[in-house]
Amino acid sequence: MEIVIGKGEKAVVVSLKGRMDAVTAPELEKQINGFIKEGESCFVINFENLEYISSAGLRVVLVIAKKLKPVNGQMLISNLKGVVKEVFEISGFTSLLQIYETEEEALKQM
Amino acid sequence: MVKITKQAKIEYLHELMEFVSNNALRHGFSQKKIKEIELVTEEVLMNIISYAYENDAGDIEINCWKDNDKRFITEIVDTGKHFDVLSGKEPDLISDIDEREVGGLGLFFMKQFMDDVQYQREEGKNILTLAVQQD
Repeated sequence: MEIVIGKGEKAVVVSLKGRMDAVTAPELEKQINGFIKEGESCFVINFENLEYISSAGLRVVLVIAKKLKPVNGQMLISNLKGVVKEVFEISGFTSLLQIYETEEEALKQM
Repeated sequence: MVKITKQAKIEYLHELMEFVSNNALRHGFSQKKIKEIELVTEEVLMNIISYAYENDAGDIEINCWKDNDKRFITEIVDTGKHFDVLSGKEPDLISDIDEREVGGLGLFFMKQFMDDVQYQREEGKNILTLAVQQD
């Protein structure tokens, strides 16, 4: 999985590419934890180019959301598609998290 | 039928998954079906890697074939402790962020994505057989 990070004015934008599974998901957790430690609390995660997410990936998304709650942080999800979107839907994650069609729409909410 | 055997370690996860997806592709399954097969396979493999052998070393064997009903079969075998994934608990799909845990999704994915799942305990082996119908 490729993780591209852009630091905007309102949020840290994280774009994911490839496959988020039990091997690759911990890297995302590590990188976002690094930003949280530096005081960042607003994240947009763009899933446009993510082809696959397993429950290990969902677990990391949930861990980040839990970590941001007590610091009044936000994690917005954008550009879900294909099987990744399907996995979010059947796992009930679409009602649990804030999800937007595009990165621009997500950034407007910040 | 084709077969792969690897040690039950996370460093072999990708190789084992690619073995399954390449064979599903070879048998003409769609990308969507292949990803669904991968989702379930990853759950099963991670269960074995994390729990089956505790601190001992052990193997994972995977056999793949297409049966006469045009179903892609993935048979996953380990010799670890007795574990029937089909007896596992149902996942929590409704709690809010504070309460939610990602557990039990393996079983849930199986029920969602597989057309048939069979478990057998035979001669000290856990044998899980996953079947997916071709579109």
